[in-house]
Amino acid sequence: MSTDTHAAGAHDHHHADGHAHSTFSGYMLGFVLSVVLTAIPFWLVMSGALPSKQITALVIMAFAVVQIVVHMIYFLHMNTTSENGWSMMALIFTIVMVVIALSGSLWVMSHLNSNMMPIHQMSGMK
Amino acid sequence: MTVAVNPAQTGEPVFYLADEHPHPEGWSTSLGFWIYLMSDCLIFAILFATFGVLGGNYAAGPAPKDLFDLNLVAVNTSMLLLSSITYGFAMLTMQQNKVAQTQIWLAITGLFGLAFIGIELTEFAHMIHEGATPQRSAFLSAFFTLVGTHGLHVSCGLIWLVTLMVQVQKFGLIEANRRRLMCLSMFWHFLDVVWIGVFTFVYLLGVLR
Repeated sequence: MSTDTHAAGAHDHHHADGHAHSTFSGYMLGFVLSVVLTAIPFWLVMSGALPSKQITALVIMAFAVVQIVVHMIYFLHMNTTSENGWSMMALIFTIVMVVIALSGSLWVMSHLNSNMMPIHQMSGMK
Repeated sequence: MTVAVNPAQTGEPVFYLADEHPHPEGWSTSLGFWIYLMSDCLIFAILFATFGVLGGNYAAGPAPKDLFDLNLVAVNTSMLLLSSITYGFAMLTMQQNKVAQTQIWLAITGLFGLAFIGIELTEFAHMIHEGATPQRSAFLSAFFTLVGTHGLHVSCGLIWLVTLMVQVQKFGLIEANRRRLMCLSMFWHFLDVVWIGVFTFVYLLGVLR
């Protein structure tokens, strides 16, 4: 009895790992979205269409985030149910670590930079 | 706790160990590989952080504006994007058990990947020829480390791709080869995700500043 239900559970688990249902339309939609989401940032930077560099920088970063999400969904087939949710847990953990590492490094080092002696600020200027 | 008693029998307790059930071979591979990719993601996060901190320190040397040719980067990006979709087609034909078509799509993916590496190496050679070597400034050290690590990953992916094509040629689309192709698919698409970060933060924002 008990071993039977376990075996059935393992069987279901094996089939629910979320990689079997990739479709042509899914890949094509992901590809078209990626092309659009890549072309617009390149065009924005190369043509200088937006008046301010700050706005351009924010817009292209927003496009990068959206494109990463598109790749995750349509190419890597991420969803909340694959591997009983453990893929998503690993992903969320990684995102938290990445955000801490990136924002922490940039924040601390920019503070350090602005508290440096003037001569260092001079050489650090663009 | 783990005692299961079947009242229909003699009343003697029967013990079951919760972990003792058979798993098909490779049942945990995709989760394990995903966790590897996530740890790889941390490596890239640290390299991105390093580039973010050092990316403005030119040491009176060349700046991104002097070095980067965005047309070339756009071509390179499209190479990687096209290789992603052709790998997707390889996975679709694999699901339909078409060995020859899978091999063709894998080969096309490999050619796009090779083009990507070729263009990147040309760019590196051009930069080094102009004196923009990794030793020149902190910006260039961080640049070559980050972009070079990505390029190294793509090169390893290409070696893996060729290995799998030989495997598929010899043994066909057996269960083990399907699993391996699935892992390489995750690896390949993951590298494309990392490249989104590279072309946005290194090239586009570099030229912008």
